[in-house]
Amino acid sequence: MNKLIAKLKSFTLWELLIGMKLTGRYFFSKKMTIQFPEEKTPTSPRFRGLHALRRYPNGEERCIACKLCEAVCPALAITIEAQPRDDGSRRTTIYEIDLFKCIYCGFCEESCPVDSIVETTIKNYHFTKRGDNIMNKQELLAVGDKFEQRIAQEKADDAKFR
Amino acid sequence: MKIEIEIDGKKLQVEQNSMIIEAADNAGITVPRFCYHKKLSIAANCRMCLVDVEKSRKPLPACATPVTEGMVVRTRSKLALEAQKSVMEFLLVNHPLDCPICDQGGQCELQDIALGYGADASRYDQGKRSVADKNLGSLIATDMTRCIHCTRCVRFGTEIAGITEMGSIGRGESTEIGTYVEKSLSSEMSANIIDLCPVGALTNKPFRFRARAWEVLQARGVSAHDCVGSNLHIHHRRNKIMRVVPKENEAINETWISDRDRFSCEGLHSEDRVTTPMIKRHGQWEQVDWQTALHVAVEGLQTIAQTQSPSHIGALASSNATLEELYLLQKLMRGIGTNNVDHRVRQSDFHYQQATALMPTLPVAIADIEQQDLIIYIGGHPQFEQPLINHRIRKARDNGATVIMINPVDLKHNFDVSDKLIVANPLLPRALTAICRALSEQNPDAKTSAQELLQSVTADDKHQQLAKQLLAADNSLILLGAIAQHHQQGGLLHGLATLMASLGNSRVGLLTPGANATGAWFAGAIPHRGPAGLNVAKPGLDVKRMWESQLPAYLLLNLEPEHDCANSQRALKALHNADLVICVTPYKTAAMEQYADVILPMAPFTETSGTFINIEGKWQSFTAAVTAQGESRPAWKVLRVLGNLLELDGFNYVASTEITDELQALTANINSDQQINKWRYPSQLPAVNNGIERITYWPIYRSDNVVRRSVPLQNTPISDAPVIAMSQTLAEELTLKAGEDVVVSQVDTSITLPVKIDNRIAGNVVYIPAGFAETAALYESFGSVNIERK
Repeated sequence: MNKLIAKLKSFTLWELLIGMKLTGRYFFSKKMTIQFPEEKTPTSPRFRGLHALRRYPNGEERCIACKLCEAVCPALAITIEAQPRDDGSRRTTIYEIDLFKCIYCGFCEESCPVDSIVETTIKNYHFTKRGDNIMNKQELLAVGDKFEQRIAQEKADDAKFR
Repeated sequence: MKIEIEIDGKKLQVEQNSMIIEAADNAGITVPRFCYHKKLSIAANCRMCLVDVEKSRKPLPACATPVTEGMVVRTRSKLALEAQKSVMEFLLVNHPLDCPICDQGGQCELQDIALGYGADASRYDQGKRSVADKNLGSLIATDMTRCIHCTRCVRFGTEIAGITEMGSIGRGESTEIGTYVEKSLSSEMSANIIDLCPVGALTNKPFRFRARAWEVLQARGVSAHDCVGSNLHIHHRRNKIMRVVPKENEAINETWISDRDRFSCEGLHSEDRVTTPMIKRHGQWEQVDWQTALHVAVEGLQTIAQTQSPSHIGALASSNATLEELYLLQKLMRGIGTNNVDHRVRQSDFHYQQATALMPTLPVAIADIEQQDLIIYIGGHPQFEQPLINHRIRKARDNGATVIMINPVDLKHNFDVSDKLIVANPLLPRALTAICRALSEQNPDAKTSAQELLQSVTADDKHQQLAKQLLAADNSLILLGAIAQHHQQGGLLHGLATLMASLGNSRVGLLTPGANATGAWFAGAIPHRGPAGLNVAKPGLDVKRMWESQLPAYLLLNLEPEHDCANSQRALKALHNADLVICVTPYKTAAMEQYADVILPMAPFTETSGTFINIEGKWQSFTAAVTAQGESRPAWKVLRVLGNLLELDGFNYVASTEITDELQALTANINSDQQINKWRYPSQLPAVNNGIERITYWPIYRSDNVVRRSVPLQNTPISDAPVIAMSQTLAEELTLKAGEDVVVSQVDTSITLPVKIDNRIAGNVVYIPAGFAETAALYESFGSVNIERK
């Protein structure tokens, strides 16, 4: 009996039909494909993407070279050198993040006492040259300057959950 | 006497009259504290150490409560913890929450104790106090708002540094710590208040904001600037030395180090550092690889050894070089076939070199200096030569000892001198002889071979009185400072001090310049004796004669002769006339570029392994904290390869410890006879020149090549300037005024220096410091000079 059923299934291509059923279901169901770059997936304000260094509204950089982010970074991606600025305040002379080493854990942002280093929701970026993966202070500040409004909005949106 | 107390349920036997906190510390029980420090007096003003004592209604401060028999103390009871928590809350009322920008963050006692004993959140929401920062000079940065008024820095100034420069002004909430009038701290140990400050109010200025406590790695080191051999912790990061802090060693430096030891590291990254071997070809400097440079050096040495004689080569070393380097240097020279090797570059008199013991050491341990009843210090300024020896002398004085200064300059000390004898520099030997005569008159039992010499002088009341004091003391010590050792009669002065000791039942000790003079004597970096005092057939030339005989070849180790030598101009002349000058040095100078032919870059003390023998004879080995900069190499490796290339035997070391072991083995050969001084005294004192005499001193921050390049040290108020100092009487005699430029000439050179009036200088003597480019053109550091108006 079992043999007969097996033969029958073999001749009617039963297994194939079962497979085609799944294909057919997806063929008629609502599509999930996002047409990048015209379309984009929605991103949480808490998404951890490209880093930025922020400034205060008066243009003063926030970072005070406390080096907590450097200490907390589990991937040792952050390098900081500091010394007194001409006005005597504590500032970084070098602030570098190696984006190849970075694991986007967000600890740097968590540890920052002045909300200077943040991970923005920017996730689409690329490098064309070796060495570009290391973001220096100017580049990080530039990201911060460019997206300050967006960063501030995202931080405000997320604030109530913290 | 011991009594029994109980702390946290532990029964302890503790010393009567000790405080609870000491007993707890010894038992390893932690009591939080800010104002208490074991080396300072008890202030009991922070109240952090409140503990619960049974039968006491209130918690008591552990630092100020003496233990009593059967006392029961609880440091972690509800009462104690609540008291500690409340005190912490009070302390934080006015302490700013600026830990992220505070250099103390991560090494802060307040942070740690707030975490351990404080509340988790603040209840205080009103305005905090702010205090203006003070300017304490180039070494210490201040953020006075952070101050919690523990007064450790104030007590340090009064009790340890001996200079009351800081104090508290105002009461209650308006209390402020500061210098009463704005001034830089002038103590040579001032920077210890950085370590003492439990918060970030006083921090290291050159180190300011440069690194965090958790980033730096800690290596052990030994100070390379004085013969104390203070133990250091060298903090480095990414192969760069960031700062130096003391390593506690009760027998040597206690918990302190001098500012020189702490801030000399700022000179390590000077622009003068040579990081590639260099040779001079046709008058032009070229950077070459090691092989080429060594080849040129070896070929030069071989040519002179073969065409002339090995004895035409002279080697001079700094007394800051390590034991291993000095040993290899002398081995190299003696391998070539000459005994011309010396390290006593600042000494002027070598007449009695055969009489001295195997190596200069103190007859007592450094820690025992404070137990002496009487200390006679001859010729020098202990405070600026060996700040930590001076600290022990100061402690001896505090313990009631008599401290007598015999000096050509009435220098200021940070303790009250019991008695002093100020004599013009050329008369120093006469004064010592007179004291010896007084001693032999008062102590007729003592035998001496110097009767004839003693009869040639007369002793006045002062000499008799000093002799009386020396004879009355049970435990006495005679110390010779830099002026006595570098004096034109330095050998005789050492001999007379030894005579004084034998007639006065005392002991004599030299406080040698540099970190390793004792090691240099032991290693055999002297022309008349080999390693461990081994006899040599024919003594080589000493420093003085090496310069005077204008040798065709010189090998210099870690030395800048124009700044380091007693007769800098004679040295420069000899070096300029030489065919070959090989400098193994960490730094180059403008003069060196003129006279040198080969510059081999060596690693300074932080970048090499080695050993220093300090003045009490203690061997202290250390390893490199960081790797040598650029192409520079530890000097022992350079000397080893030079030995190999010259095809000498016994240069196949692979580690510096092998050299140390070889030297350790030699200590077995030392016999007790080698360790005593054998003097033969002249029958007459040498004639005294009646003209104007120069006296020289290496100011504290001009003492060696590393220190000279430390900018923060050069900017301190105790850093001297090149001047010509003389007494008012002498200035009037020469019709000179303060600040006026005068022409100072010796033999065939002259320089211009401003006049400084200093009435502490006795007799027709002028003081001109050494270690400056401005004064390098002069000849003898102790000798006659001519002064003319410009």
